[in-house]
Amino acid sequence: MANMAQAIRMALHIGEEHLGVKDIFGQDVGAPLGGVFTATQGLKTTWNAPLDERGIIGCAIGIALAGDVCVAEVQFCDYIFNTIDLLKIAGNTHWVSNGNYNLPMVVMTPTGAGIHGSIYHSHSFDAWATRLTGWKIVMPSTPIDAFGLMLSAIEDPNPVLFLKPKALLRVRGEELLPGEPADERELKAMIDAPIGDRAKWRPRWPKLDESFRVPIGKAKITRAVDLGSDAGSKHASATLVSYGRTVHFCNRAADELLAEGFAVEVIDLRSLYPYDWQTVRESVIKTGRVMFVNEDTEVTNFGEHLAYRTANELLYHLLARPRVLAGKNVPGVGLHPNLEEASVPQQSEIVRELREMLAEVP
Amino acid sequence: MSGSKKKLQNRTGTSRAAVKKSASALPLPKDLLLKMLDLMVKSRVLEERLIKIYKAGEAYFWIGGPGEEAFGVPLGLLVNKGRGHDHDYLHLHYRGSPTLVAMGMPIIDSIRIMMNRATDTSTGGRNFSNHFCYPEWNVVPVSSPIEVQYSQAIGTAWAQHRERSKGITIVTGGDAGTAEGDFASCLVWSSRKGHELPILITVQNNFWGISTAYEGQHGETSIADRARAFNIESAVINGNDPVECYFRLQEAFAYIRKNRKPYFIEARLSRLYGHSSASGANRIDEFDCIKSFSEYLKKSGVIRDGDVESLFARYESEAREAQESVRHEPAPEASDIWKHVYANNENADWRKF
Ligand SMILES: Cc1ncc(C[n+]2csc(CCOP(=O)(O)OP(=O)(O)O)c2C)c(N)n1
Ligand SMILES: [Mg+2]
Repeated sequence: MANMAQAIRMALHIGEEHLGVKDIFGQDVGAPLGGVFTATQGLKTTWNAPLDERGIIGCAIGIALAGDVCVAEVQFCDYIFNTIDLLKIAGNTHWVSNGNYNLPMVVMTPTGAGIHGSIYHSHSFDAWATRLTGWKIVMPSTPIDAFGLMLSAIEDPNPVLFLKPKALLRVRGEELLPGEPADERELKAMIDAPIGDRAKWRPRWPKLDESFRVPIGKAKITRAVDLGSDAGSKHASATLVSYGRTVHFCNRAADELLAEGFAVEVIDLRSLYPYDWQTVRESVIKTGRVMFVNEDTEVTNFGEHLAYRTANELLYHLLARPRVLAGKNVPGVGLHPNLEEASVPQQSEIVRELREMLAEVP
Repeated sequence: MSGSKKKLQNRTGTSRAAVKKSASALPLPKDLLLKMLDLMVKSRVLEERLIKIYKAGEAYFWIGGPGEEAFGVPLGLLVNKGRGHDHDYLHLHYRGSPTLVAMGMPIIDSIRIMMNRATDTSTGGRNFSNHFCYPEWNVVPVSSPIEVQYSQAIGTAWAQHRERSKGITIVTGGDAGTAEGDFASCLVWSSRKGHELPILITVQNNFWGISTAYEGQHGETSIADRARAFNIESAVINGNDPVECYFRLQEAFAYIRKNRKPYFIEARLSRLYGHSSASGANRIDEFDCIKSFSEYLKKSGVIRDGDVESLFARYESEAREAQESVRHEPAPEASDIWKHVYANNENADWRKF
């Protein structure tokens, strides 16, 4: 199975072959490295930008103003902060120009903790990103979703921010991409650049289904609950809503509690904006309890918006107060595992909070 | 005018350059000189009308380009106007009206922006005066944050470099703004060896950033010196002399079109009504390029007494009439805030997700 970096690479390949992508650029994005996480190896339109994030975002806006499609990378989201007013401009250009210009650009950036990245390789950007109006924000948790979302992002006429959960970039999926060789060693031999001299290396791209898409704005239920069959069950139920790396923690937490007879539905939001409220809504009406889980810091967190909306619209369906489990409101994610694990939600913490919520009755 | 400003302007030969050109041999075809004067006056009258609209309480804010006509008009005349890579892209700042007027923008367009009407095609009543946007002429949206146009210009120039297209990219901005990183980005990105970009980088140096004088903000002798460090061809020109501007811009355009490399121009010029309406928008006693150019044209026998006055009068009545009719045009509606958040008016309101 492809890992997420390979999946993104294959989507970008389809992008340059079939969807009009003219430039894929950023720091160390071109040859010989092909990206610090290898997501851009072997592509034909890649190039290395100067070490200048404002230049990268400004250039992407300019390319898009010229009507060309590009994918720009900021090497780590920790370094995207000095571009924030340019990101605002990218988001407001269509609106402020009265619809005259739209910016068909994708910005991708690795985000979040989980690789012992210390203070400047563990930041999250999702809560900040959702304040960038005019953008669409996506964040996959599996290679196949990364593949399908990247293709949708490239096709979308609006600026799309593609957040790459960096701890998941080298994790293999459980589902084959459509058309992917079944043997992962074969895939590796085809598209991973060799160690050492790469001057003569060329990738051999597998023939993937070019029409595959994961639509922006559609969530995925990764652990489904059917209360219909045992409606009279004495065990409580709940919904976990997450995206990116913490989806996997949520899945495992749900499995753990399922073994004890609890019914926990997990929703992978996949798109933060626009977000799939209908899927969240139906699930919460069904389970009566909801917790929003993500890694960004907890004050003015995107989960708070969802919790607010839940309280506003679904109050009388709730059996417990809605929760947000997010990163602690501290200046950074410290390097020592004791610090990192105390800073961003872990599976154990999710289970603990979930138990507390499941025990709560009106 | 501060002492150092006078000194700096004299170094480029302010006004005398224009006046010295003898009547017998006109530096440019007579028709072109007349056209430049006409457009300079039109642009000035338009800005003065905007200021009057502001002062009459019919608009909230004014910022614009009176005093920059001698630079902006030749720029607009030399542009290869049109849509797409094979035409020139313009990344202007809020003093770009002379360029747009020279490109053929009707006076009424600017008044619609000023009065925030729904008929304002550039912004739909959303933005300040002179925040233009003309996709059919590659004029990308003017935005208020200082200097961001310099990092965006990299992108259109890159697209033209990649496609080996005929067009070039032009970016304009003020002197104080060159302290921002985006200015440095533009120099760095446009001069990389083997990836030089076809871009005309200009700075309109009026020696002010709102109330902060040039002296004390700059250690470099001229802003153009910064381009030299990147091996970018550069020139410091008298931005108050339309003839000099025409020639030097023409040279710069020819160089970029031929070599597909960047060129840098620092034009030293006047700021005739202060920074914006926030500082009163009152006439300041600085060198007036229209006054000196018309005197020169008179001495050269190109125009006669009264010609300039009647030009002013003609455009004043056009601008007044435009204001009259814009008054009766519809305002944007409350529901318009949701328009154009996303392309094709896709819903962006979370309440409807
Ligand atoms: C990033 C940013 N900071 C501050 C401002 C407020 N501001 C508007 S114009 C201006 C001065 C600009 O001076 P200069 O670049 O010389 O251009 P000029 O107005 O003189 O033409 C400032 C500080 C702004 N618009 N954007
Ligand atoms: Mg200035």
